[in-house]
Amino acid sequence: MSLSLPTARADALAERPSGVQPWLLCLRGICWREFLRFLLQRGRFFAALVRPLVWLMIFAAGFRSVLGVSIQPPYETYILYEVYIMPGLCGMILLFSGMQGSLSMVYDQEMGSMRVLLVSPLPRWYLLICKLIAIVLVACLQVYVFLGIGWLFGIRAPVIGYVTVFPALMLAGLMLSALGLLLSSFIRQLENFAGVMNFIIFPMFFASSALYPLWRMRESSVLLYQVSSANPFTHAVELIRFALYGQVEPMALAYTCLWTAGFLIVAMYGYNPARGFMARTGKGT
Amino acid sequence: MSSPQPGPQNALVIEGVSFAYGRGRRALDDVSFRVPAGSFTALLGPNGAGKTTLMSLVTRLFHSRGGSIAVNGFDLRRASRAALAAMGVVFQRLTLDLDLSVQQNLRYAASLQGLGRARAERRIGEELERLGVADRRRALVRTLSGGLRRRVELARALLHEPRLLILDEPTVGLDIDSRRAIVEHVHHLCQERGLAVLWTTHLIDEVWPGDQLVILGDGRVRAVGPIAAVMAQTGCGDLAGAYKQLTTAAKP
Repeated sequence: MSLSLPTARADALAERPSGVQPWLLCLRGICWREFLRFLLQRGRFFAALVRPLVWLMIFAAGFRSVLGVSIQPPYETYILYEVYIMPGLCGMILLFSGMQGSLSMVYDQEMGSMRVLLVSPLPRWYLLICKLIAIVLVACLQVYVFLGIGWLFGIRAPVIGYVTVFPALMLAGLMLSALGLLLSSFIRQLENFAGVMNFIIFPMFFASSALYPLWRMRESSVLLYQVSSANPFTHAVELIRFALYGQVEPMALAYTCLWTAGFLIVAMYGYNPARGFMARTGKGT
Repeated sequence: MSSPQPGPQNALVIEGVSFAYGRGRRALDDVSFRVPAGSFTALLGPNGAGKTTLMSLVTRLFHSRGGSIAVNGFDLRRASRAALAAMGVVFQRLTLDLDLSVQQNLRYAASLQGLGRARAERRIGEELERLGVADRRRALVRTLSGGLRRRVELARALLHEPRLLILDEPTVGLDIDSRRAIVEHVHHLCQERGLAVLWTTHLIDEVWPGDQLVILGDGRVRAVGPIAAVMAQTGCGDLAGAYKQLTTAAKP
């Protein structure tokens, strides 16, 4: 190994970016790594697409004649069942991606690469939020590919909706990824995560407005209707549904913001070195 | 043991640090020592002595319940950003992303340290050159040997030009030549750059004459100082004997 003399430390300090620049560089770096990992895992991309496509092409086609959807906002006329479940399937992609991203965080904890992130000088809450944003951006890319395939098959929203849906996708994705982050902070091993996913993902998805309007659910069970109304995933789906038609549903927006904040606060608690998973589980050793 | 004083002459000051996992036995008990700027300090201790726990506390992966840790004069709890910016870390286990290239791993690390693109590229080039892995810049980490991976991790820890370099048993799993190369390189860094190094190990042949020693046994500091002082403390004529005596005596 050859050694050369060091650069002057004063020069190094002078070259260090200050202000918001390190924060932006950090965000860019984390997003870039997530995108690279996504490109390397093409199987993950196809799996993420195949799942909603199966629902759209097979399930929705089969149930089209069985499930009638009456006129309800944001729709101004009768719609096909495929049109109705499109926002729910977008939410499904975000839900699975959020959980997948969090799964990768459990993997990172086990493999040790999470430590590289956590010893960065930037605050831990910021690092974790950057990680979530990166996960959601990759998920949004998958949603847009899915929406594009839907467009090709004639399941179309107003053109402006494809723009206005982006902030809704980001917010809904953040909420679901924050939930995943929360789970990852309290899970010791990858094996446990699979079980938790079954207890979280499927109940969340089915007890929501993703596949059927809530008023239909009320006809069969008031309790189930109430549970579904309180389900964070329902709010995320409704936020996406309205945004896809260039509208804002204030209650869905408010609840999604509240759930996001709640999940984030508990997740940050979980990752706090004074109280959280590292000290409790000894993962740093 | 005299109480260490924080200040620019000390790259790391650990004072009265204790830690326990849950309600179990204390992994660390009232640990205090300092790493002077520009010194190579070897933290020696057998398995289970608490070395890695201490490293986790110093790198803020854990918070200590008692005591304080200051890096380059900055308290790790109150000024964690400045403290963490002053340290570079090589963890015991490999923490590189195996599926990414050397360059991609280092760019990612540079962004976490807030280094701009131009500076990051220059520093990556400099460190890889210095460590003799510049020709593997585009290689996937997965294809590198254990020794080369360690060098890349060392390059990563030095990208932001820290004042303190912390290495947690960095030679675990390496062959003799790779071990020797890493030990030599870090000692040279210390001498030529004035970098303070805290090197944890249980292998006393990684200690060089002139190094500072901290011997940890059963979660407590058993001896601190230059090799001669540690040997004098035990009355042993060699370091191996002194180490054995200090760490064996520590066991209940």
